[in-house]
Amino acid sequence: MSNSYNLKEFFGDLPKNIFSGFVVSLVALPLALGLAIASDAPPISGVIASIVGGIICSIFGGSKLTITGPGNGLVVVLLFSINSLGEGNLYQGYLFTLAAVVFSGILMFLFGLFRLGALSEFFPSSALQGMLAAIGIGILAKQAHVMIGITEIKGTIVQVLSKIPDSFLFILLNPTRENLIPAFIGVFSFFILVFYSKLRNPLFHLIPAPMWVIIFAISLFYYLEVFVLSGSGLSEDLLISLPDNLLSNLPFPDFSIITTKRFLSAVISITLIASIESLLSIKAVDKLDPEKRRSNVNKDLKALGLATFISGLIGGLNVVTVIARSSVNVNNGGSNKSSNFFHAIFLIGFVLIFQNQIEKIALPALAAILVYTGYKLAAPDNFIRILRVGKEQAAIYLITLFITIYGGIMTGIGFGIISTFIFHVIINKNFFIFSRNFFKPNVLMYLEQESGNYYISVENFCSFLNFYKLKRKISEIPENQHAIIDFSLCDFVDHTVMEDLSDYQRTFNRKGGVFEIIGLDSHSADTQHPFAIRKSLPSSDFFSFQNNLTKRQVSLKQLASILEWRYSPENSFITSKLEAFTYFKAKTLNYQYNELSSLENDSKIIDISYSEGAFIAKDNLLATFMLINLEYSIPKFVLDRDFILSAFSEFSNYSEINLTRFPDFSKRFYLAGSNKSKIKTLFDSKLIFFFESHSYYRIESSGKEILIKGKSRVLSINEIKSLLSFSRELLSLLNNKYL
Amino acid sequence: MKNTRFRNILMGFAFSPNLKANVYEAMRLSSSLGKSLFFLHVGAKSPEKQRIFKDILNDAPMGPSSIRTIWESGDPVNVIIHQCKKNNIDLLLLGALQRENVLKFYLGSIARKLTRKAPCSVFLMIKPSIHHVRPNHMVVNAFKSGQTEITIRAAFEYAKSLNIPNITLVDEINQSEVDINVDDDLSLKESTKRKEELNKEEGARLSKILSGVSKNLISNKNIKSQNIFGTRGYSISHYAKVVRADILVINSVEKRFYFLSRLFQKDLDYILSELPTDVLIIKPNTNV
Repeated sequence: MSNSYNLKEFFGDLPKNIFSGFVVSLVALPLALGLAIASDAPPISGVIASIVGGIICSIFGGSKLTITGPGNGLVVVLLFSINSLGEGNLYQGYLFTLAAVVFSGILMFLFGLFRLGALSEFFPSSALQGMLAAIGIGILAKQAHVMIGITEIKGTIVQVLSKIPDSFLFILLNPTRENLIPAFIGVFSFFILVFYSKLRNPLFHLIPAPMWVIIFAISLFYYLEVFVLSGSGLSEDLLISLPDNLLSNLPFPDFSIITTKRFLSAVISITLIASIESLLSIKAVDKLDPEKRRSNVNKDLKALGLATFISGLIGGLNVVTVIARSSVNVNNGGSNKSSNFFHAIFLIGFVLIFQNQIEKIALPALAAILVYTGYKLAAPDNFIRILRVGKEQAAIYLITLFITIYGGIMTGIGFGIISTFIFHVIINKNFFIFSRNFFKPNVLMYLEQESGNYYISVENFCSFLNFYKLKRKISEIPENQHAIIDFSLCDFVDHTVMEDLSDYQRTFNRKGGVFEIIGLDSHSADTQHPFAIRKSLPSSDFFSFQNNLTKRQVSLKQLASILEWRYSPENSFITSKLEAFTYFKAKTLNYQYNELSSLENDSKIIDISYSEGAFIAKDNLLATFMLINLEYSIPKFVLDRDFILSAFSEFSNYSEINLTRFPDFSKRFYLAGSNKSKIKTLFDSKLIFFFESHSYYRIESSGKEILIKGKSRVLSINEIKSLLSFSRELLSLLNNKYL
Repeated sequence: MKNTRFRNILMGFAFSPNLKANVYEAMRLSSSLGKSLFFLHVGAKSPEKQRIFKDILNDAPMGPSSIRTIWESGDPVNVIIHQCKKNNIDLLLLGALQRENVLKFYLGSIARKLTRKAPCSVFLMIKPSIHHVRPNHMVVNAFKSGQTEITIRAAFEYAKSLNIPNITLVDEINQSEVDINVDDDLSLKESTKRKEELNKEEGARLSKILSGVSKNLISNKNIKSQNIFGTRGYSISHYAKVVRADILVINSVEKRFYFLSRLFQKDLDYILSELPTDVLIIKPNTNV
């Protein structure tokens, strides 16, 4: 906010940010209380984290729209840490955990300082999803009991989970008033949350769902107290308790066990999950930003670290970036960091003014919010979505999920990474592709100086292991530019990469740029899903299966339907008489695919695989060619910018033709052919002007057919479109002359 | 016979299945470039071997004016280097090995040592062939270094002698020159602007170098330049692969410290560990 214009804008936007901050605080309050309770920490610790996070991150953070506070993901880690460090004594465990929070704040700050924001990219996407689902189940398992008023269930996630039917049965078999009221509050709150989005009443939607739950719980409490003689029937331990004096009774972390191994592992788990949750959220919120700003991830990590550090010192939980509250912020018109600040201010106000009312919130209501959150993390749709991508992804998801539930988050994510890698090795039937190329760079990016496009080529393999290298290059491209990413030298591309690239594609589209992926058409995939693993096939398999279209192939198909052309993506033997062209004289034609052919005049655009001469042991080349069938004969010629004669004089009797009337043209192009006079009449001023004013293609005529070649690689959709329009103009020029 | 900087050419040979292709390639190269060709076999001389080799030489359709075959036993690296010095060799030809089943080429340990120790320029061949395949595209390194000007000149001489029509000068610019980490929109804008400035500076530097190259070497050539921000050595190697170059011309590794940046052994190793194409390493002290 350095210059006056920005300042003016800032103040102009202030009212809507204050409003948005208010709405967010309505969501944040129940969540902060609930998440703290779910972690077995005092309820106020969640609110402290929200307040400190809101203030610190709005001042020092690097992203514009994110809201910070206690996070879902951390519940399971904090719960474990509080229970295991305290060895049964929850309050002591909480004090120890505060020390761990302080240290994790320092670690996160260092992550940001050393620009390790990229660390989160080492986690394979499906494993990460599995871990999040496990966290969801962890939250859900315990809170399902609290939701129906049973608080004394303890044990591992699996044990707690298995007792859920017993708890429900217990309520049904013992329908006393003391049992039914809490259960009713919990279940009814849960229904509010589930049906909130189904009710389309705009007035109802003015207040976010969690706040409705709170309002319901508090009003029911007062109703019972005032109108029902026997009181609310809610015992003390089913209500929230806040410290009597919020400002003076702040607990201080206990640093006495910081040298133990348990403590260290708690610090690492907390930091890891806090960083992952924050980075995922920041990325997700950036996609929502109407102004399409890019967040400074490392600056954010530093601010989160600082906030966590302070929060821990005054008794609060970890501060992370949270997606749900941030989306509420975006939806309610938040436009800059100040909304996060105001959300914190409103929270302070709530806690100070409504302390008594907050203490009337029944725990089952908060538990319902958490069960709902947990369910959303672990919902079966997530699994089905992943299963569609591929069976191996589903397997990775399940492995990570179960190991996380049984062995904790660190073990779970560790096994997730290892199993992903093992699957990659099995799919490739090759370990060396990874071992040999892991430490080597694999990405080349440059600004094509002729076209102004950014071109990225990736070789060897591209998976979660080395994706950060590619990401670093892509991040240097302004998103309003044209980027082409070429995987034709890359043997293997994994799901994490495919998924993330589609995010990039969206970002580029949003910001007015183009992001095209090419070179994957000859790779195989097991499912139709656009994010499925892609692996290049050994050539013998080329005709066996090819049923999944890449994005480029889908666009080609669409292009074909617009043009009313025929499109066939399959690999097939070459059907056209390409050998008639000198270009292919010294080359071996392998196969063709992605054939777009016109129904009227038999013109076509084909991707062709060929190799340069039978003697050379060189990779197969892939390039896009256009072939035009003429109804009349024109002289044979070659028009090229390269010095053509050297390339094929051995095979033909062509000689170079210098058009003395057009010195500029002759300087830029080489024209060769055998029948000089005919060619000279063909190349009149109109045609010359056409070639001079259009982008460059290599053009060859075999008499009845014309072959047009663009770059020595497969063309992107946009390049194909310009090739098409080029060929149309050329054809109409020729038609004018000959028809 | 032409007067280039590569007058005396030496190729070490072994009796491998590739021998004929290697010999033909060497004959062609030296007939376009130089005047004397030395064949060196490190190992014992036997009448049988001599006969095989002589047959190959006699079958070859073309060749330079003078061919000498040397037979000497000993440590291959030492013998070859000794012979290079003794015969005033300007260019040493070495063959690359192909990795099993894949089209990837790398240098054997002896060739690697020779590349490092050779007193002259080195030509690494990945695809010797009996029939002539005319090279079409040459990629030359052009990063800011004291040696680069010499390398570019040598590359143009080479292109002239072998009739290579397309030449691309690739200028690898270290990311450290940009010195801006892209974190958000603002830093991205700054880094893009900085890159544009650098592109301009480098463009001016290159055209100055090109203006120093004699006109008859440049005429009829399609010359392009491409700046790449990225790891030195690696970027040009990958670029050569992408554009399907036929020959890559680079500086040799410099031992002394210059003020300007230079090619380090580790940069060269990116190229040597997986040769993208034929590679010509120019040693600057080769007499012109």
